[in-house]
Amino acid sequence: MNATPRITPLLRIFLALLTAAWLAAPAARAQLQIQITSGVTNPVPIAVVPFAEAPADGTDVADVVQHDLVGSGRFTELARNKMPATPTNAADVKFADWKAAGSDYVVVGQVTPIAGGQLAVDFNLLNALTGQSITRQRFTGSASALRNAAHRVSDVIYQAITGIRGAFATRIAYVAVVGQGADQRFQLVIADADGYNQHLILESRFPLMSPAWSPDGQWISYVSFENHLSAVYVQRVLTGQRTCVSMRAGINGAPAWSPDSRRLALTLSGDSGHPQIYILDLSNQHLTRITDSPAINTEATWSPDGRYIYFTSDRAGEPQIYRIGATPGSPTQRITFTDEYNAGPHISADGKLLAMVTRDDSGSYRIAVQNLVTGEFKMLTPGRLDQSPSFAPNGATIMYAARPGRGQEGILATISVDGLTGLSLKATQGEVRDPAWGPFIQ
Amino acid sequence: MYRRTLVLMLLSACLGLTACAHHPPKPSAEQQQSTAGGAGANANGAEGGANANGGPFGNQNSVAGPQEGTLAKRTIYFDFDSAVIKGDGTEIVAAHAKYLSDHADARVRLEGNTDERGSPEYNIGLGMRRAQAVRQALLLQGASAAQITVVSYGAEHPVDPAHNEDAWSKNRRVDIVYLTPGMQPPQAPQPPQ
Repeated sequence: MNATPRITPLLRIFLALLTAAWLAAPAARAQLQIQITSGVTNPVPIAVVPFAEAPADGTDVADVVQHDLVGSGRFTELARNKMPATPTNAADVKFADWKAAGSDYVVVGQVTPIAGGQLAVDFNLLNALTGQSITRQRFTGSASALRNAAHRVSDVIYQAITGIRGAFATRIAYVAVVGQGADQRFQLVIADADGYNQHLILESRFPLMSPAWSPDGQWISYVSFENHLSAVYVQRVLTGQRTCVSMRAGINGAPAWSPDSRRLALTLSGDSGHPQIYILDLSNQHLTRITDSPAINTEATWSPDGRYIYFTSDRAGEPQIYRIGATPGSPTQRITFTDEYNAGPHISADGKLLAMVTRDDSGSYRIAVQNLVTGEFKMLTPGRLDQSPSFAPNGATIMYAARPGRGQEGILATISVDGLTGLSLKATQGEVRDPAWGPFIQ
Repeated sequence: MYRRTLVLMLLSACLGLTACAHHPPKPSAEQQQSTAGGAGANANGAEGGANANGGPFGNQNSVAGPQEGTLAKRTIYFDFDSAVIKGDGTEIVAAHAKYLSDHADARVRLEGNTDERGSPEYNIGLGMRRAQAVRQALLLQGASAAQITVVSYGAEHPVDPAHNEDAWSKNRRVDIVYLTPGMQPPQAPQPPQ
């Protein structure tokens, strides 16, 4: 894959993001701080040389790219003060020097103004051992979308070297809790996957929970307890317009979008007190009951082909993950057998991995994955109060909520599916939780 | 049969609330702003100032309802992973059941809660199970179904935000919230013996 032609500018997406930024309320003050928390094995050494910068918003494109790549656990950086030179195009790269510095790959690039007040980000990924260009591309957009362009550079590099699609230019939703007592507020926030570029899309004095992205990225569903009633809403990400889709007696919870973004699996209890899984067709509000068990049945997540729903049930006395067909009367199959508490299932986009929160023998709640093909079960996180796992759309990383120590506020964290690399995203004030990783942005 | 009835019931309960398009028209920025602030505004308007005692959304130490003797106690605590009413919870439930039985116009909301451990939506289910346990006990002892609504906040509404067993034991609870300020009877009810 030498000298890939420059791809079509992603102007439309940049404009869409800009519009969203303009419409959304000011972001929460609680900026997320990012920290790499665990080590890596056999990472690929890569040097991301500072780009030639145009006057912009101060975004250091190379720094964003380097952070993305290193944070994935698959790369290790060459520190800037160890770089033999600072070339910004391939012709100026002396490969022997970079090879001697220990880098297998070198990334060079420029940010340049183009027509219409836009910026172009050009980069070239070079193999330091062979001197070949692996790929070179251009992304264009406004200055305020420069971080997004940098994430797209990261996506291309990640895929070129690992063979796995990058998920850096994606977004997350989460719940922030700020303030105390009568001043406490629950905030629904959308941010870039690295925690930057936050936008508050809803604020309430009542709890907000369980945000879920539609697979087309246009909508977020969530649970709100406004006026002491549980209700499920869907909200259009771009405009903020929201609609209540379920405010029935008892529990209205755990929304999960079908792969076609047209239906929601929900948990409803009615007056019976036994939560059951239903499917709500958003085009006609038709409701179909799926589970029928005098127990807790909740936390639906769809298989990628839309044929099955995985969910949590304590029908056997303790919460475990089950699978049922997404049509009435389907048989149910128990999926998890390890440990006495497995809940909060989420399925990877390839349908092969099941992430969950599990309680280990010491009473610690940890994120684990079960391979649905081989049955292999693997603890990923150290615990003690981990919950709400959500796969990145490329299935390589899981984001979850954690409370790392006694007396500490909740944070978001990521863990690679091999359990080797983690990041934490900590709010500078208040608590963050309930992460939901959005889809690829087309 | 039960299943069909429930579906019909839920569907009919939903009709007034779900008349929304899957693709609603795009609002202006101003509308969006008011939409995004709507939850807070609604919250401020709810319950007519019952927040005065300082809970985030007004149920701890609620001033509504009877205050005498055991009736002043509004919280029933639970063991880990249990929805069994224990200890003085039995007395508290009995007192409120008698009060509700004696005051047909009184209304309560039962708010089920859990500690923070585990999965949030599963905890919503556990909190509902606790609220339903209290509801059943109230009904058995003379309260009527029309007097009681239930909600589960799961782990979303702790009274003690610390991450230890002491806090968790306080957070595994059902709060009884009286919804009708001014409904107190002229004569105070007798606390149970």
